[in-house]
Amino acid sequence: MNDADWSGAYDHEGGDGHEEHGKKDEEHGKDEEPTYEHGDSSDSARPGPAGPPRIPLPRASVEDTGRPLPEVVRQQPLVLAHPVLKSLLGAWALAACSPEESLAVEAHLGECGACAEEALRLREAVGLLHPAESLDLDPALRTRVLEGCLERRPPRIPVPGWASAYDAETARLDALLQDFGDAEWHAPVRLRWFRADKATSRRTTVAGVIAHLLTVDGLVAVALGLDDPLGEVPAKRPTPASRTEAYWGAAHFPPTRSVRGPWREQSHDLVRTVSFTGGPAGALPVSYGDFELSLRDAMLDRAFECWVHAGDIADAVDYPYEPPSGRHLHDMIDLAARMLPTALARRREAGLCAPARGRSLRLEIEGSGGGEWVIPLEPAPALGIAPREVAHVALDGVEFCHLAAGHVPPEEAAAGQDGDRDAIRDVLFSVASLSRM
Amino acid sequence: MAKKDAPPRWDRKMQQRLARGEAAALGELYDRFASLVHGLAHTVLGDERGADAITRQVFAHVWEHPDAYDPKQGPLRSWVADLTHRFAVQRLRDTESAALARGGHGTPEDLERKVQRASVAARADYIVQAMPAPLRAALELAYFQRRDYRQTASDLGVTEDEARRRLRLGLQLLSTAHDVGAPPGYGGAV
Repeated sequence: MNDADWSGAYDHEGGDGHEEHGKKDEEHGKDEEPTYEHGDSSDSARPGPAGPPRIPLPRASVEDTGRPLPEVVRQQPLVLAHPVLKSLLGAWALAACSPEESLAVEAHLGECGACAEEALRLREAVGLLHPAESLDLDPALRTRVLEGCLERRPPRIPVPGWASAYDAETARLDALLQDFGDAEWHAPVRLRWFRADKATSRRTTVAGVIAHLLTVDGLVAVALGLDDPLGEVPAKRPTPASRTEAYWGAAHFPPTRSVRGPWREQSHDLVRTVSFTGGPAGALPVSYGDFELSLRDAMLDRAFECWVHAGDIADAVDYPYEPPSGRHLHDMIDLAARMLPTALARRREAGLCAPARGRSLRLEIEGSGGGEWVIPLEPAPALGIAPREVAHVALDGVEFCHLAAGHVPPEEAAAGQDGDRDAIRDVLFSVASLSRM
Repeated sequence: MAKKDAPPRWDRKMQQRLARGEAAALGELYDRFASLVHGLAHTVLGDERGADAITRQVFAHVWEHPDAYDPKQGPLRSWVADLTHRFAVQRLRDTESAALARGGHGTPEDLERKVQRASVAARADYIVQAMPAPLRAALELAYFQRRDYRQTASDLGVTEDEARRRLRLGLQLLSTAHDVGAPPGYGGAV
């Protein structure tokens, strides 16, 4: 049979073909077996070269003709052309064709060695399909595998220690995004932070959060001389929030999953670039618009933000998400502790803090990544005078980070407190004031 | 079929970076291939700890011997999958032989059959991952979602003809997992 016949025979399976069967039954009644054989019905259904195009006659109901009704179940297999049968083998092996087609295929397998052989092969192949197992790799495995490798062959160009938290956190977030479908990418997320001692928030989507990370990580990229992900889009001010709003506003449509590639590429580029610039470059200034961080602190800050927003995303799609490793958590807490004196000073300038010259607060962080930090509340009047400890606050490390992320109101932070209440209040509010979009 | 986002250029560049001793490149290599490696190892060994161990072994091997990869022989992905397959099958053979030697159940023939089965299963997993996305999507619908080929066709927005073709071709590719003596590993499957 040539190709034209094949397609003709295939068309026969459509609605017209079935009608054709019915009509034949009516015309010939039950006294005669249907006569269509290989090719016969398809030929008659198509305009033959000899006769005029065949137009179906108007149908009459069998009940009205007085003739016997056809049997309800007809076991007569469909007769299909060889190429059609062959093309059905995959669907047949997967039990994905109609019962009539299955019967036709099976009848054919008894007669055609080549098809029988292929059918067997394909059936066996179906047995190899199985649902993909959950590929959630333990994030700690990445650290173990990489450390194991680097011990066996020390790197000539290592990733600086201060960039390892960013490396780990971006990898962890990327793994979370791995299996996201459109529903997850467009799930609503509410970004929360503190501004002027008040909880504030901004609605976006999972994709919008990744766009936010992309644009703010871009501050580090710019400081390193890499391309700005914002491109030609003008931001009102070079701050994280302003850049993010500019990026969101520049597109006609909300961000989609397509933002993942650029975000991941940039995060890989940052790790790679800081590896080449090396340890001394850690002091390079990175501007956040309103303030500046050294490159090493900016990378820690970005690691922290990556974790916090990964948590926002995980909450939005109802996935569990663990805190960073103890070592990385410790570095993040340390950064916040080091930023606290400036935050306290800013609040004092705004008249929100009581004077506390020469006093300090002991911050005790419990749990993995914990430690103790002495926070000077206000610089001593003269150098060399040790500040006097007036209060002691104890907090779990993850709780402290939630507070610093603006996810927990300072009044509600579960903190053990002892000593000067004003000092404690000022410090907890200052921790919350570290948060931003 | 090579992934569109992983042109040979990426492979060659990655190899150079690894050879240069760039730790950041090792991280990127892991990010791209860890789930492939871990998944294949898990298919062969059927246990998490074994899969973790193979993952360590594979990345250590690539990191220590980046020059062993020859871009002319195929994509880096195939090479990594091939290494994984070989290490995992070796580990399975070792642990099973040790169990047998300690007086465990079964015969050396059983062991061989088990190794063979695991090996075919891993190759099948790789083929499914590496096959063109339209074929994989058709198999996914027909097998996992139990759609017949007509529904599959309409879900995919293709003709019924095309749906049957994809299902058959997908299974044909998959069936090559049984071909013992195929060129070592995955070169033929991609």
